Amino acid sequence: MTNNSAAFLPTNSANSFNDHASTSMSFLSFHLGEELYGIDITSVEEIRGWEPPTLLPTTCDFILGVINLRGMIVPVMDLRVRFSLGERGYTATTVVLIVSKQGEKGKRVMGIVVDAVSDVIELNDREILPAVGHSAVVPFISGLLNHESEVMTLLDVNVLLNIDIMMTEVEC
Amino acid sequence: MAFDMEQFRRIFYQECRENLEIFERELLTFEPENDGDNEQINTIFRAAHSIKGGAATFDLTEVSQFTHVMETLLDETRAGYRRLDKATIDLLLKSGDCISAMLNAFEAGESFDTALRDELSAALTQVLSAGNEGDASSENETISEESQEDSILQNASWLVIFKPFEDLFFSGNDPLRILRELKVLDPDAVTHCDHQKLVEFDEFVAEACYLNWTIYLNGSLEAWQIKEVFEWVEDECELIIQRENIHEVEVPTIDQENQAINQNLNEGNASETTEASPAFCEKPDMNQSVDNSKKSLPSSTPSANSPQRTNLSAKQDSVSSIRVDTDKIDNLINLVGELVITQSMLTELGQNFTENKLEQLQQGLDQLLQNTKELQHSVLNIRMLPISVAFNRFPRLIRDLSAHLQKEVELVIEGEKTELDKTVLERISDPLTHLVRNAIDHGLEATSVRREKGKASTGKITLKAFHQGGAIVIEVSDDGAGLNREKIWLKASQKQLIPYDLSPDMMTDAQVHQLIFSPGFSTADQVSDISGRGVGMDVVKRNIEELGGFIDVHSVPNEGSVFRISLPLTLAILDGQLVKCAEQVFVVPLLSIVESIQIRAERVKLASGGVELYCLRDENIPILRLKEEFDLGQSGPLDKQILCLVEAGGKRVGLLLDDLLGQQQVVIKSLEANFTRIMGISGATILGNGSVSLILDIQGLINRFLQRIGQKTKHKAA
Repeated sequence: MTNNSAAFLPTNSANSFNDHASTSMSFLSFHLGEELYGIDITSVEEIRGWEPPTLLPTTCDFILGVINLRGMIVPVMDLRVRFSLGERGYTATTVVLIVSKQGEKGKRVMGIVVDAVSDVIELNDREILPAVGHSAVVPFISGLLNHESEVMTLLDVNVLLNIDIMMTEVEC
Repeated sequence: MAFDMEQFRRIFYQECRENLEIFERELLTFEPENDGDNEQINTIFRAAHSIKGGAATFDLTEVSQFTHVMETLLDETRAGYRRLDKATIDLLLKSGDCISAMLNAFEAGESFDTALRDELSAALTQVLSAGNEGDASSENETISEESQEDSILQNASWLVIFKPFEDLFFSGNDPLRILRELKVLDPDAVTHCDHQKLVEFDEFVAEACYLNWTIYLNGSLEAWQIKEVFEWVEDECELIIQRENIHEVEVPTIDQENQAINQNLNEGNASETTEASPAFCEKPDMNQSVDNSKKSLPSSTPSANSPQRTNLSAKQDSVSSIRVDTDKIDNLINLVGELVITQSMLTELGQNFTENKLEQLQQGLDQLLQNTKELQHSVLNIRMLPISVAFNRFPRLIRDLSAHLQKEVELVIEGEKTELDKTVLERISDPLTHLVRNAIDHGLEATSVRREKGKASTGKITLKAFHQGGAIVIEVSDDGAGLNREKIWLKASQKQLIPYDLSPDMMTDAQVHQLIFSPGFSTADQVSDISGRGVGMDVVKRNIEELGGFIDVHSVPNEGSVFRISLPLTLAILDGQLVKCAEQVFVVPLLSIVESIQIRAERVKLASGGVELYCLRDENIPILRLKEEFDLGQSGPLDKQILCLVEAGGKRVGLLLDDLLGQQQVVIKSLEANFTRIMGISGATILGNGSVSLILDIQGLINRFLQRIGQKTKHKAA
């Protein structure tokens, strides 16, 4: 929605999604400000209510801190900060999505703070569109999906949770 | 074999190593002068015997045969026919090393250096025969005859005559299977089939066995190995198993025998085919020596072993085990039992709870607390091993080193029962070895120098372990020359380890001594093969710091030096001081806290370009404002705030904190599992209320802080 005027930039990940289109994928949709986002629901471990994490000093701005997830220390990332979407504070609908990715050294788990979760959306036979524009979000986008009257930005968890990418970002 | 031998194999290797340790320990304490005590020789003998037996069970014929020679020697000693002198003990010790090398090679599925084994084996045999010749007593002669006879017999091949009864097949046995098994024992076995008993075709009964066999087997096999094959048919056949002199056996069998020898000489135990004659001609003397050393003719059983070994080595990497006293396990089971009882009691209480049961609930919770504490303690205890595991290698090391350096050294070990975590123990062994080597090589003076100084000619190295506070302290001390301040200073300035504007009198002795821990420092006048290989004290220091401990040196000229290592009890749990800073709770390892004080403003001095120093008993301690360091806010004026003096790597700083909370044992959790390493934080833990608290990495904090103020002052100066 924000990038309507920008040129289309086809991405590889969009193609890879289309390859899987026949096996129906589901996305968990959530809101960040006015925008609708979605991530692959198989990567979501659980949804937790917001509680202030323990601050982690001298690290990326968008890493708010760490929380205790049944004895495991899990870092929590604020997507608003990472995507430069402006502050809004934490409200009653603020939740933490616990997402995971399979890495070389086993599973890596992280929390993602979002304004609110809304729905589980089936991909069905719809086409995933390539990302557009040059915003801070683009590197993490795997594609766009038209859903009802909105455009849902699909995020790639593997890129989102990549520590090396995090460390290269300017906020660190 | 159908069932899994691998687990037993692993236990075997473990036990072998334990036996080797016993073997070595007893040999080292054995005193040739008074013949030791009998029990000692028995212990040594038993250790060798167990290794031999185990090796034979697991087809490690080379080990068992090598050990057999040692065992014979020890057996004669045990029976009083022989005395162990220093040379023999040395030889036995070397043989022990050789067995250990062989075991390692087999375990890893690699080949080992057979030359050393052959050499030692020959030497042992020589000792055996020399002892016998030298002694003229009639008793000994019989022994020597016997052993000579024995030695001939060892070289002779086995003659097996196998005459099954006609009804053998009815018992479900098949001679073919037996013959195949023999072929596995000795691939070069020669089998003759005797079919004289075969009857005319009309009288032939299909279920009857009419055949007899004569089999020649490699002489290096043990009788029991052959008997084992026939175990099931013993009662259904006529069976003769006997030694046959090698010279009387027909020509083809001798060839087979030679082939087996060559196969061994070529280290060809993995190769199926052998080029017999060329190698045989090339090394006739080698063959001779092998012949002399009667036991070193291992039969090669390649087909059975090689795949198994490779398989083993692949598995080995991932398996690491620990041997735990049964007492510890029993205790744990008891505790779990109690925990279950308490739990069911509480459940029952909760199901129909009324207010008057409040006291009962309180009691139950107390009990639960008690149970969990004990359980935690016991579980941690499982990982604890006595430090003697690490200390045990030193008597040998010192024996070898003192002989090498021609210094007389006495080793004193104290507190070897002190227990510490297995991981810590494993990782402390190398640094300790380095320290002990250094102490002998650099610390102790040469015997002549010691006499001149009026000291006892025998130098003394003391290894001492004990608990102090929440830490384990290991001390390595010597009564040598002590650290030479001038020499260290000179060396350090040569290597440019000291800032150029610093003069010797500006540093205390302790500070100069600390220089030996700097990277690239080594004071040995000559680089010897014992120490001074460039991996100096800095590596020792780093290893210890990686374990969360620290090392310190205290030295008095001409009285000696003491290296003191302080280590945490375990790596999984840490004694922590909870502190508050910017509304957050942090954990400071208790081990690194020196003291905590309330700041008096008049003692804070500003020096060298904005560095805040706190004067405490004539010492200037830089103040590290944690809040600013972590970018958590401003800490404001210093008066009345808490300063927590922490020390790491010999450097002290004062941490500026908001408040000191309680002390508590905390379980260390990794940040790296889900995230990455963070400067100044060594890990995290979960507090009683479920919140996460970060554990400060004092070493990292201090290093970064001192580096930064260093830059700051330099910048100002420029």
